Amino acid sequence: MSVSRRGFLAWMGAAGLTALSARAGATPRHFEGYPQSLCVLHDITLCIGCRSCEAGCNKVNELPAPAVPFTDLTVLDKKRRTNAKAYTVVNKFTPPQEGKPIYVKNQCNHCLEPACASACFVRAFTKNKDGSVTYDASVCVGCRYCMIACPFEIPTYEYNEPLTPRIMKCTLCHPRIAKGLLPGCVEACPTEALSFGKREDMIKLARERINKYPGRYVDHIYGEHEMGGTNWLYLSGVPFRNLGMREDLGVTPAPDLTSGALATVPMVAALWPALLTGIYAISKRKEKLSTGDSQTAVAKAVAEANTKAQAALTAAVDKAKREKEEAVQKAVKMALEQSAKKTQAQ
Amino acid sequence: MFKLKEVLNRSLLTPFNIIAGIIILIGLIITALRFSGGLAAVTNLSDYNPWGLWIGFDLLCGVALAAGGYVTSAAVYIFGIKKYHSAVRPAILTGFLGYSLVVLALSYDVGRPWRLPYPFVVQAGTTSVLFEVGACVLLYLVVLFIEFTPAASEWLGLKRARNLVVRLTMVLTILGVILSTLHQSSLGALFLIAPSKLHPLWYSQYIPVFFFISSIIAGLSMVIFEGSLTHRYFAEKMDETHLREKEDVVFGFGKAASFVLAAYFAVKVFGITMDDNWHYLSTGYGAWFLVEMLGFVALPCLLYSLGVRERNIKLIKWTAAWTVLGIVVNRFNVCLVAFNWHLPSSERYFPSWMEIGLSLFIVTVGVAAFKFIVTYMPILYEHPGYKTPHP
Repeated sequence: MSVSRRGFLAWMGAAGLTALSARAGATPRHFEGYPQSLCVLHDITLCIGCRSCEAGCNKVNELPAPAVPFTDLTVLDKKRRTNAKAYTVVNKFTPPQEGKPIYVKNQCNHCLEPACASACFVRAFTKNKDGSVTYDASVCVGCRYCMIACPFEIPTYEYNEPLTPRIMKCTLCHPRIAKGLLPGCVEACPTEALSFGKREDMIKLARERINKYPGRYVDHIYGEHEMGGTNWLYLSGVPFRNLGMREDLGVTPAPDLTSGALATVPMVAALWPALLTGIYAISKRKEKLSTGDSQTAVAKAVAEANTKAQAALTAAVDKAKREKEEAVQKAVKMALEQSAKKTQAQ
Repeated sequence: MFKLKEVLNRSLLTPFNIIAGIIILIGLIITALRFSGGLAAVTNLSDYNPWGLWIGFDLLCGVALAAGGYVTSAAVYIFGIKKYHSAVRPAILTGFLGYSLVVLALSYDVGRPWRLPYPFVVQAGTTSVLFEVGACVLLYLVVLFIEFTPAASEWLGLKRARNLVVRLTMVLTILGVILSTLHQSSLGALFLIAPSKLHPLWYSQYIPVFFFISSIIAGLSMVIFEGSLTHRYFAEKMDETHLREKEDVVFGFGKAASFVLAAYFAVKVFGITMDDNWHYLSTGYGAWFLVEMLGFVALPCLLYSLGVRERNIKLIKWTAAWTVLGIVVNRFNVCLVAFNWHLPSSERYFPSWMEIGLSLFIVTVGVAAFKFIVTYMPILYEHPGYKTPHP
């Protein structure tokens, strides 16, 4: 599966157009590499640890001259890794059962579905049809997520560059193979520890060697399936885990590790507005109901107060009326009594 | 309004200003070194350890601890819990400052910071989780800026702009919750691509869920923690409503934090069970994992509930500070401690003093900006000229 197709699917997903296309990133279909893509087979049993490949790589990639010359083999005593000045390094291992040291060349494995390319948020990495994974410094932001993502710990960074740091890594000599030349390391190798050709041919070659010399090799072509497969294969006489190569990486291509999480993005973007608006509507309605309740309560209280006040008023008026009547009657009575007294006196 | 004379008349040599001044000076020196000598001149980063303190603390913790903005505005405007209204503005302000500082810190960490917009204007790498993080953080920063503008507009007397934004409150809140859900979880999802490097006790299919749920805990705890600090130093800026609602916020958020911590504990246990990683508990990493789970998840869950039950404000405030520390521990574990656990100790990373110095510098810039803004803008009180509720 090409990165650009993945990109397209992710855009579809990001646009929320269809959940189905986003899920397609995790289909069980297995991408087996571009047909005719090229590959290096590293037969570890044939490597003599001469560092010629390192020298060849340094020369064709015009990398800075090393502190110690490539002919100095004492550097092999310490385990090394790729760095901004070396796309490839040879390491020496002496597994306890083995009497003699074993040499392993390390460089970018050019994954069929590269973790670095999948992780890059500016698409600085390209998986080319020839099998190589190349990097474009002209867009790179320098976030180093590719270095986090790479299971083989290959990409390196120019930590000394203040303003223009680049990611540095093996290109499978992409410019050279376009011209029909061999990768620098393969050309420099004095033994047949490095073979170069079409990936399917290299797998066949590796199988033939295993079948022909079953005592010489472990029955495992490293890179055939690791992380979904790589355009660099290894043959060894001892288990790869004894040579600093991880056998616990699994066969899932790196992009599949994140496609599920990315697929939920359009779901959240599509569903959250409805969910949140729903919660808002419920809380709003609750508030309305409770204000409605309180309004009724207030109205009731006011009505009650009014009735009471009315009653009090009526009572007061009645009382006043009664008092007034009583006063009138009293006055009339007094007047009558007075007039009666007057008449009596007369 | 900002009165220049008044500021000039006051003595600038306060203890805060002196300490902040020294840290900022050191930060500026580190800045000069970073942009003249590269990352190698100031950091302990290496080809094995491409991400260090500036990602582990400034980015991962910065974003998690700035979650108070979306948590509080969701509580008030979406869940309609009006009594927390006075907590919204300080939380939005912290969120806005937090995210701005994340971007500031990233411009030290990435190689060519001026290219940070490249994924959106030059070439988009949509297969990358980092693309989603970048897009959501960028958009959310804009949302937070808009949400913050009413306070600034009231300060500057821009009545019309202020009222326009206030009318957008609901839309902005919903947008903020969507964007936060996405990028808080995606910060965890960044590590999904490296199962071979992150210790199985921390690596999980559910790591995006872990990061999202713990960001809610971080948001709730930060609002309580920060509220207690602002109350201590800016009490005279708080109006009556703010002071009255303060206790409601502490108890309400403490209760919510207790519940979410319990849920978080449960999902973490499910995570371990799904991958059947229990046997790792007997290792050294397992012991450290238990410290995180029991000391920084289960314990604060219990203390929060106790604090709410006993109406013990002090306990809740200390628990909030402890929980904030727990979030930092978790992010450090994922990004630094449990990451690259397979490497020999000679290849492991420990930050340089200059990395720590720059992180302190970033935090100090944030505290100084917060101090300035709450001193001059209506954050802890209602502006008397505006009767309608503000966001």
